[in-house]
Amino acid sequence: MLVSTNVLQRKPPGRKPPAAVWLGENGALVALVVLAVALSLLSGDFLTVTNLLNVGVQAAVTAILAFGATFVIITGGIDLSVGSVAALSAIVLAWTATDAGLPWPLATVIALAVGLACGLVNAALIAYGKLPPFIATLAMLGVARGLALVISQGSPIAMPEAVSHLGDTIGDYLPVPVVVMLIMGLITAVILSRTYSGRAMYAIGGNEEAARLSGINVNRQKLITYALAGLFAAVAGIVLASRLASAQPQAAAGYELDAIAAVVIGGASLSGGKGRAFGTFVGALILAVLRNGLNLLSVSAFWQQVVIGVVIALAVLLDTLRRRGTN
Amino acid sequence: MNDEILRVEGLRKEFPGVVALDGVDFTLRAGEVHVLLGENGAGKSTLIKMLSGAYHPDGGRILVDGAPVEIRTASDAQRLGIATIYQEFNLVPQLTVGENLALGRPPRRFGFVDTRRMHEQAGDLLRRVGVDVDPRTPVAKLGIARMQMVEIAKALGLNARVLIMDEPTAVLTTTEVERLFDIVRQLRDQGVAIVFITHHLEEIPQIGDRVTVLRDGSSVAEVPATTPEDELVRLMVGRPIDQQYPREPAAPGGPLLQVRGLRREGEFADVSFEVRAGEVVGLAGLVGAGRTEVARSIFGADAYDSGEVLVNGSPLARGDVHAAMEAGLGLVPEDRKGQGLVLGADVGENLGLVTLRRASRGGFVDRPGQRRAAAEVARQLGVRMSGLGQEVRTLSGGNQQKIVIGKWLLAEASVLILDEPTRGVDVGAKVEIYQLINSLTASGHAVLMISSDLPEILGMSDRVLVMARGRLVGELAAGEATQDSVMALAVTEVEDARVH
Repeated sequence: MLVSTNVLQRKPPGRKPPAAVWLGENGALVALVVLAVALSLLSGDFLTVTNLLNVGVQAAVTAILAFGATFVIITGGIDLSVGSVAALSAIVLAWTATDAGLPWPLATVIALAVGLACGLVNAALIAYGKLPPFIATLAMLGVARGLALVISQGSPIAMPEAVSHLGDTIGDYLPVPVVVMLIMGLITAVILSRTYSGRAMYAIGGNEEAARLSGINVNRQKLITYALAGLFAAVAGIVLASRLASAQPQAAAGYELDAIAAVVIGGASLSGGKGRAFGTFVGALILAVLRNGLNLLSVSAFWQQVVIGVVIALAVLLDTLRRRGTN
Repeated sequence: MNDEILRVEGLRKEFPGVVALDGVDFTLRAGEVHVLLGENGAGKSTLIKMLSGAYHPDGGRILVDGAPVEIRTASDAQRLGIATIYQEFNLVPQLTVGENLALGRPPRRFGFVDTRRMHEQAGDLLRRVGVDVDPRTPVAKLGIARMQMVEIAKALGLNARVLIMDEPTAVLTTTEVERLFDIVRQLRDQGVAIVFITHHLEEIPQIGDRVTVLRDGSSVAEVPATTPEDELVRLMVGRPIDQQYPREPAAPGGPLLQVRGLRREGEFADVSFEVRAGEVVGLAGLVGAGRTEVARSIFGADAYDSGEVLVNGSPLARGDVHAAMEAGLGLVPEDRKGQGLVLGADVGENLGLVTLRRASRGGFVDRPGQRRAAAEVARQLGVRMSGLGQEVRTLSGGNQQKIVIGKWLLAEASVLILDEPTRGVDVGAKVEIYQLINSLTASGHAVLMISSDLPEILGMSDRVLVMARGRLVGELAAGEATQDSVMALAVTEVEDARVH
């Protein structure tokens, strides 16, 4: 008799009702709905098409940055430089198109390339220089912001007319930033769920050594990951500058923290291996709805910071408690 | 006089999906060395982890001095006078010996650490163990044997009456083992009760007084340490060994893996061997002999300084896992959880990890195809799971190991390097893994198996290679390999390829 008693005593793995599983995985979405319902009861101005689109516009830049940060956070890394890189890319676009007189499509390509390059430098420092991501991207946060100030000499530069349409609305209603946000979100979702690099990101974040021993070129995938974050930051920077019709060297300062908050509220884990594009999208919307709602309720900007800080802590705390419950 | 310190009655422990201990009885008297004997996975570690507060029992009870106790944390164990010395030492390498001995409770003077007194107290403890170490030496500068002595001194410093030693001799040379035995006997004579775990049967009559044998999570016998070895083996294994290791040798073909003169400074040197198609080559040796380092270098996970590796006759690029994989090598690492699996990901995802690139076209992964292939191999391996979506973290050790092996089956690796393939795997799943090895070699694959489990090496290998101190010290055919002949080679005094 070779079958041990252990085999016979195996218990079937416990299963939870599908509804509980769904709620567990979409806690952020539930929170967003609750928040929206509460705000529409508290303020008559919340649930109007104009206001909701306004929320979308406010969420757009954070969301695009956050999509890029999602890749990084899934690999278990962090990117603190995205706000600075966004500003630098926008400044480069505006400067090459106006001062240097290049045609706007070329200027746009250069701006995107700058974002990509910043990401590649981050990745090279992390993957080959073995710097902790926190330090590498903290350095880039300073460098990119500084370069933006150097190039612009500290003053805003007007965006080229053609690119500024990114800040307009299509027809009377649909704001272009919202469209860009949705497209970037879709791209993120497809990369994460369908591509080799996306799947590799989850494996690296889940267990880097196991990923390496399974033949995944971890360094190359990190290059791709941070390059994507840089590219997304450039897009966010251009959208932001278009809305304002001018590129400002101090734009998007501190946005990297909002982006990280959105990713984490959306259910990703800073220790890596977990995260989804949709979760990040919901996370960014929660932040935007919260700010918008607090404005509508005339809560002072000072208190808003307090509330948002509490919400971030609560979101992650709930998530941690939920995980502890399932393990 | 009742000198019984510790008594364990009907202890039971379950983990998700597996019963690790069921009905363990065990008594320990002051001033005895009680050997705990059992195969890997028999429940020895689980038992000592419950005595040291790392696990909490699901049934049965533990009595200290005749009174039932709850050992919920390490400090509970400490308060009861139970100290455990694991194979992985609990020392802070950067701190000095004295600081380690006083860790967490340094002598203070006006609120500041009284360094002088700390080192004096450390010196006293070290003298009691009979080890000649300056308390001001950083622990990192000590060799393994001395670190172990420091661990023992640390346990004494905590006024331990019960000292549990988990395979203390596994990492020691013959002379170091003698030193250790002297210390253990001295402590025993001072009235300390010692639980001694070892796989080396010949050590039992030398050091032990009584032996408790564990098998499949239960205590099956308590016998005197003078019991003959073959009787101990029979108690431990409980069944004929050929049934436990169902090796079916296949006709060997051409060499699939050739290793020539592999050397890495300070780790190993002059390592040359080959593995033929259809062959299982066992790589035996003591822990720390350099087996894992060689395996990882062959596979490209670590670099090496000189020598070459050929797969199917073609040389392999150095330090390139992807190239090794493409050439048909696969590595099942010894640390399943740390290196083999993405624990938070599901079964399907883990099974598809190696084939991820192959299943990609233009950067896009054929996920339905990956899922189908994973389902097929999971069925073939008999992985017990609720579905491909189950997190591998929640699977039992045996099923986790099947998944690590399974990802290489999907990748159609022709040479599999298995590093401790059945560590922490229950007996039933072990046999399934052995049968899998049989079917692999029957279909012309080659297997290089590293194992510290001697019966497994002897039972499953067609040839046995033995490493000691970073060198290959011998090769034995299946017929001539015995526990004794392998151990004799494993403790060979050779010029050390490793630098300490």
